[in-house]
Amino acid sequence: MSLESVSATSSNPIPNAPPKMTGDKVGVFYGEKQALFDVDLKIVANQVTSLIGPSGCGKSTFLRSLNRMNDTIDGCRVIGKISLDTDDIYDPSIDVVELRARVGMVFQKPNPFPKSIFENVAYGPRIHGITKSKAEMDELVHSSLRRAGLWNEVKDRLNEPGTGLSGGQQQRLCIARAIATKPEVLLMDEPCSALDPIATAVIEELIDELRENFTIVIVTHSMQQAARVSQKTAFFHLGKLIEEGKTEDIFTNPRNKQTQDYITGRIG
Amino acid sequence: MTDAAMTSTAMQSQATASRRDFGLKKRHRDEALFRFYGIAAITIGVAFLAILLFSIVSKGYTAFVQTSITVPVEFSAELIDKDNERATNPRVLVSANYPVLARNAVAKALGVDLADRAAMREIQAFVSDGSRSILREIVTADPNVIGTTRPVTLLAAADLDSANKGQIDLRVAEQNRKVSDQQLRWLEQLKQQGAISTPFNWGLLSFGASSRPETAGLGVALIGSAYMMLIVLVLALPIGVAASIYLEEFAKKNPFTDFIEVNINNLAAVPSIVFGLLGLAVFINFFGMPRSAPLVGGLVLTLMTLPTIIIATRAALRSVPPSIRSAALGIGASRTQMVFDHVLPLATPGILTGTIIGLARALGETAPLLLIGMVAFVANYPSTPLEPATALPVQIFMWTNEAERAFVERTSGAVMVLLVFLALMNILAIVLRRRFERRW
Repeated sequence: MSLESVSATSSNPIPNAPPKMTGDKVGVFYGEKQALFDVDLKIVANQVTSLIGPSGCGKSTFLRSLNRMNDTIDGCRVIGKISLDTDDIYDPSIDVVELRARVGMVFQKPNPFPKSIFENVAYGPRIHGITKSKAEMDELVHSSLRRAGLWNEVKDRLNEPGTGLSGGQQQRLCIARAIATKPEVLLMDEPCSALDPIATAVIEELIDELRENFTIVIVTHSMQQAARVSQKTAFFHLGKLIEEGKTEDIFTNPRNKQTQDYITGRIG
Repeated sequence: MTDAAMTSTAMQSQATASRRDFGLKKRHRDEALFRFYGIAAITIGVAFLAILLFSIVSKGYTAFVQTSITVPVEFSAELIDKDNERATNPRVLVSANYPVLARNAVAKALGVDLADRAAMREIQAFVSDGSRSILREIVTADPNVIGTTRPVTLLAAADLDSANKGQIDLRVAEQNRKVSDQQLRWLEQLKQQGAISTPFNWGLLSFGASSRPETAGLGVALIGSAYMMLIVLVLALPIGVAASIYLEEFAKKNPFTDFIEVNINNLAAVPSIVFGLLGLAVFINFFGMPRSAPLVGGLVLTLMTLPTIIIATRAALRSVPPSIRSAALGIGASRTQMVFDHVLPLATPGILTGTIIGLARALGETAPLLLIGMVAFVANYPSTPLEPATALPVQIFMWTNEAERAFVERTSGAVMVLLVFLALMNILAIVLRRRFERRW
């Protein structure tokens, strides 16, 4: 492996490139109850990895432990090792605030701040000190909105409250907000489940464009969405990682019977 | 829609058979009964409120006017400065016998002989002793007025004021009354001369405490209450909000924090007089702070208002949806940034409302202030919160202990002033809440 850092892009994958994030025997406890058992998963850089499985199987729990959002839940305990590049993110020396700037998150229900559209996107860069001048901030906000596919719809009303947008627009605003901090990884927890099919299609297209520059992990209930959007898929069931691999392999030729049952609709 | 269609067809098909009983009659009757109870309850509440307001206003509205006598006063050099010392000894102007000047002026207007001692005694009771300070003001401001005759407006004495307002029961025998028949006739005479007027009683709001009702006012009490409200606002608001934020957002949930929460809820229910005892023992005895000072009163009221503010703030913080917090944490805000940049602005309406309600309650508290000595007779305005003062509800309490008729109307007048302030504060709370309420 060469020592110079070469960035991978989706059109030019580096063979045997180190994974962006790794889960190593990850377990999660809510109080006494164990929700996730022994998960080993590698997240490949600049690709979309989807986590699928029936309700309550632990996929959202795993996603949340990737940026330590589980820390905010009382009584939640994570065992095992999760690494971003090569650093263990649960190491005490890691600042969780910096981690969350590098690993962004988009939630299931759109939750823009009750501030103006501009402020929504500018808040992250401001608190992390990413921009040095007002002009830089303007540029960053505009480009984030453009990349989230929202620019044309809001360019003349940046001072209006973010909560005044439609559901699909709000979710795109949340995506713009998440990418404004220039994260390396973008976590998406069922981002389209609260949206209509057209808004869903817009966001799926967006995800495909975003993977050029970001590593994306998406939790989804819809297998069709996983098949459309992701390159790698991981199937969870009852807290265990049952099977993972290339998306087309999982959906056309699953190795495990449980995976087969889920995909054909017999369980879940 | 299909359900309704189904039900109606089902009903039609069963029409020939027995009709299903949905218990409609009973339900409608119960609802009508409940509505009646609700309206009755509101009516009773409003009726009591109306009775309360009527009884206070009917007794108190006369306190806002004050009978005054305007007569030409001869500033006789003979009486003020007999030996013409005013150039060398200005004190002679201060200590001159001004009440006699006032008495003589009224006697002249009535046409009574100055040598008639019995009559002069009765006339002495006409004019308030407070005329001393009015005339003294005029002479010391401009000594050239000595030797001239000018019309001056003097306050009537309290008994005459009451008589003029028709509050003295004239059916009682003369020796049992505060005003004699002769005084009443003279009052009529002055009225016909146009010397009697009843201007608005600004003195009620500006004078300090006095044993004479006509010169007694709420000035010191208003200043004392204002100082205390300021101290409560400056201390209780930051401390209460900070404590609440810490307990709600940062503290771990363990038995110790539960214990603290239970205690805060209990403190909100503790009778206020206990806080007065605390203030006496700690602030006055242990720390040696001055008695009767608004500072101590303010500190005691702060302790009393803190639980209210903490509870209101916690409720406001809890009402902020968790999705906002997740969103803020998700893009890498620290806990402190999340609380101050996102949660606090959304909780502000609730905090404001709780604060104003707490302040309004503190404004009306009497018992704790009695124990720390703010029930003193304070005639002069306090210039700092460390000087003795009194408070509005305490002043009302002290006036109710006075026997004179004029104090009765003043007590009700003071209650009206207090009610107006309380109403204004509560209206402010509602207006601010409506204005700052945001949707998310």
